[in-house]
Amino acid sequence: MNETMKFGVVVFPGSNCDFDTFHVLQNVMRQETVFLWHKDSDLQNVDCVILPGGFSCGDYLRSGAFARFSPIMAEVQKFAAAGGLVLGICNGFQILLEAGLLPGAMLRNKNLKFICQHVYIKIDNNKTPFSQAGKKNQVLSIPIAHFDGNYYAPPEMLAELERKKQIVFRYCDENGQLTEEANVNGSLHHIAGVVNEQGNVLGMMPHPERASEKILGSADGQVIFQSIIDYLEKKTDSRKKKAGRITRPVVSPLPPHIGNL
Amino acid sequence: MIDDGTLANHTLTRDEYDLIVKLMNREPNLTELGIFSVMWSEHCGYKSSKVYLKKFPTKGKYLIQGPGENAGVLDIGDGLAVVFKIESHNHPSYIEPYQGAATGVGGILRDIFTMGARPIAVLDSLRFGPLNNLKNRSVAEGVVSGISGYGNSIGVPTVGGEVYFHDCYSQNPLVNACCVGLAKKDRLFFARAEGVGNAVIYVGAKTGRDGIHGATMASAEFSKEAEQKRPNVQAGDPFKEKLLLEACLEAMAKDLVIGIQDMGAAGLTCSTTEMAAKAGTGMEINLDLVPQREDGMNPYEIMLSESQERMLIVTGQDKVKPLQEVFNKWDLEAVVIGKVTDDGQLKAYFHDELVIDIPVKAVVDLCPVYRRPVEVPDFMRKLAKFKLPEMPADLDLNQVFLQLIASPDIADKQWIFRQYDHMVQINTIVLPGADAAVLRLKGLKKGLAITLDGNSRYAYLNPKRGGEIAVAEACRNLACVGATPMGVTNCLNFGNPEKPEIMWQFKEAVEGIARACRQFDIPVTGGNVSLYNETEGQAIMPTPVLGIVGLVDDVATIPSAGFVGQRETIILLGENKEELGGSEYLSLVFDEEKGRAPELDFTLEKSVQEVCRQAIKQKLVRTAHDLSEGGLAVALAECSIKSKKGIGFEVKLNDQIRTDALLFGESQSRIILVAKEKNVGKILALARKMKVKARVIGKTGGKKMIIWHKRKKVIEQPVELVRDVWENSIPGYFKV
Repeated sequence: MNETMKFGVVVFPGSNCDFDTFHVLQNVMRQETVFLWHKDSDLQNVDCVILPGGFSCGDYLRSGAFARFSPIMAEVQKFAAAGGLVLGICNGFQILLEAGLLPGAMLRNKNLKFICQHVYIKIDNNKTPFSQAGKKNQVLSIPIAHFDGNYYAPPEMLAELERKKQIVFRYCDENGQLTEEANVNGSLHHIAGVVNEQGNVLGMMPHPERASEKILGSADGQVIFQSIIDYLEKKTDSRKKKAGRITRPVVSPLPPHIGNL
Repeated sequence: MIDDGTLANHTLTRDEYDLIVKLMNREPNLTELGIFSVMWSEHCGYKSSKVYLKKFPTKGKYLIQGPGENAGVLDIGDGLAVVFKIESHNHPSYIEPYQGAATGVGGILRDIFTMGARPIAVLDSLRFGPLNNLKNRSVAEGVVSGISGYGNSIGVPTVGGEVYFHDCYSQNPLVNACCVGLAKKDRLFFARAEGVGNAVIYVGAKTGRDGIHGATMASAEFSKEAEQKRPNVQAGDPFKEKLLLEACLEAMAKDLVIGIQDMGAAGLTCSTTEMAAKAGTGMEINLDLVPQREDGMNPYEIMLSESQERMLIVTGQDKVKPLQEVFNKWDLEAVVIGKVTDDGQLKAYFHDELVIDIPVKAVVDLCPVYRRPVEVPDFMRKLAKFKLPEMPADLDLNQVFLQLIASPDIADKQWIFRQYDHMVQINTIVLPGADAAVLRLKGLKKGLAITLDGNSRYAYLNPKRGGEIAVAEACRNLACVGATPMGVTNCLNFGNPEKPEIMWQFKEAVEGIARACRQFDIPVTGGNVSLYNETEGQAIMPTPVLGIVGLVDDVATIPSAGFVGQRETIILLGENKEELGGSEYLSLVFDEEKGRAPELDFTLEKSVQEVCRQAIKQKLVRTAHDLSEGGLAVALAECSIKSKKGIGFEVKLNDQIRTDALLFGESQSRIILVAKEKNVGKILALARKMKVKARVIGKTGGKKMIIWHKRKKVIEQPVELVRDVWENSIPGYFKV
């Protein structure tokens, strides 16, 4: 039983959005946040595990192919099986796919190039712990930065994902239209994010941590983090809610050290 | 006895060899000769350039560390320091574009984190041959993916830079990478092997046979056989470098490092000798202990390998174990290979035999310095005689305007920077494509602005002016985001210095840069000289590239690069002169790269920049953009294109000069400011106070770009069309 609410950001060798995610959770969303080292087998009683973006293990062989063998992933598997919230962003999504925690696979972007740019996604299912703070069909401006983000699944699997409303985010244009042009990486059914059948594991290619402060051009990414916080708060009582908040974060231009791991 | 052939292979002259013998009191063996060869190469020894580089001002109010270390360091307050440097990787990038560019990025990153700074941004200055040629496209594509592959993986954003195309770069592309890092001011690390008896530790990747004599290769002209030099190019592993970065910063934070130096050009040779020379100590190492990737490597190969992602650390014997624990945590090797000594010698053992015994001071500090002959090139006389062609009476100015917009030098570079992760670390608040990139500093009001700048056409017509303008324009770019310039790094790309004409270009350009830096009161903190950018006797145009870092007091005041609203007032700071020499227009329409480079009046330039900065600080400015290639018409068009909603403009001009010069001339010291009506008076008053010519030239609004000259409509184009041309030009070349 957790005493307070707590986020854990997993650090794989080659993770490079770990500090960014940590910054947003701790300093913007004001949540208690810890780094979880990939060689550890202790999730430190966190309420939500986040697999951040980056190039885990160099993304050699295939994106996320090696990272899933890190000791921490066995714990993440157990945690997810027990209903714990797991969010995989970009490379984190790729790792969840490799680990079999989410269905489908990633192909290279359709233009065979790395793409970094702001895109629009719309919330297709706002009944998940990761999207409930948003409205259905709400359009969010969140950037992508990946080489392998072209989501693929066989037709039967896609049909099932559609039927079970597991597609949470889709690439769209500014007005929420699913145009070919807006689907920059070529994903099937414009898929930008999917949730598992149980609804507690989400993978998304766009980076909400890059769009959680106005000064960066968009704060729409907060919808995702706020959804998780709201969901967790509902699950716990108000006493714990307060205990989990950091009131005065110390913000430093230099990232925190990953600690005595 | 070493024969002439061996010396030639090591690009050493007989005189240099005699000097080595004198300094050593004996003949060197082949390994020792190899060491002198790389350390005394142009790339490492700066033997042709040193006498001129001394002219750079190296003091300034923000300065913490000037030239001589791995990178320059500036004090930005709040206990923080900015560490930055630019370096070239031109030669390798032509032979093997992907790896050449990738390892260029890797090398400059190491220069930054070896000083205890976390790299927070990379910028690149690139030069390629024209894109209508297949080979040039493949070089460009390879270089861009190399930068993207390395920078994206390691998680340092590539936030800006510049790209130009010219035939002189077809066989000598330029890849200059600049890195900026952030450190705690009192936690900087230096390349010094202090403390006799301390351990010398090799960390990072294993040593292989790649990159042997890379530095020497970068110190000679290319011939047709350039392809055969492919084995001289190193191969990069950004994942290893990411681990190395985190491990080094963690070891530094835990106080486990006394001195540290990366192994870049000249590898183990450079790091051992330089660290010892700087501390006035010596070093004894055992080459058998150096982690090796390949079997049977000999001392020569081990010492001269330029394998990437390696560092040399000096630390106390009691800290060896905890240091190794940090590196092991990151799955890296950290092996004690020797110790610091007091005899000023580098001694290396291999299979229990002493194979190297050389005085480090001789290798590092006594490289011969040449004052090579200089001579004004013949073509300068021809250039001076050039008379500007009349403007053809039937010239379609709208057509010319679109042609300029489509010129790859001016057109949208999104095809390039979309391949770079420019947002990771979530500090980039002014994205690529603006006058300068701006990074916020989390938790602080202030931010850092960084820009790279260089115009080789001006430098070709007048190297000194070219150098001056590069500095002035970089500072102007910074002014457009409200930043005050703090310090300079530069990359000087030239041809073969043994040719008096090239040496003259170099000398002139350096004098120009030095003069401009003094005028702006900013120190040169280091940089890189890349000579021998010649293939089969054909040299590149002189290409000095300036990297300048500035400080923005309050990032909330930064104006947009594009128009923001309808019916806002457009103000022009500075004067339109009848100057077309060296312009993009002259080159594109008349196929001439002649005439005089634009004039530069430092007093005016500084005042224009100050007015811009002040107006931004007072929150009077909605949009700011400097005028450069393509002149006034192109600058206005860019503001329009970069507005989110495609806001047009209507501008009326009455200058008594040729219409083509007015629209497309590249006179310096001009900035466009856009303001709301109520603030216009304040901006004009500011300008009057600073004695800067400023005037209202028109308004934003509508869906068209319209320019009048003397009551005649000379430009009228829909914003959407111009944007289309601008966006599709570069991608168009790469469509299959």
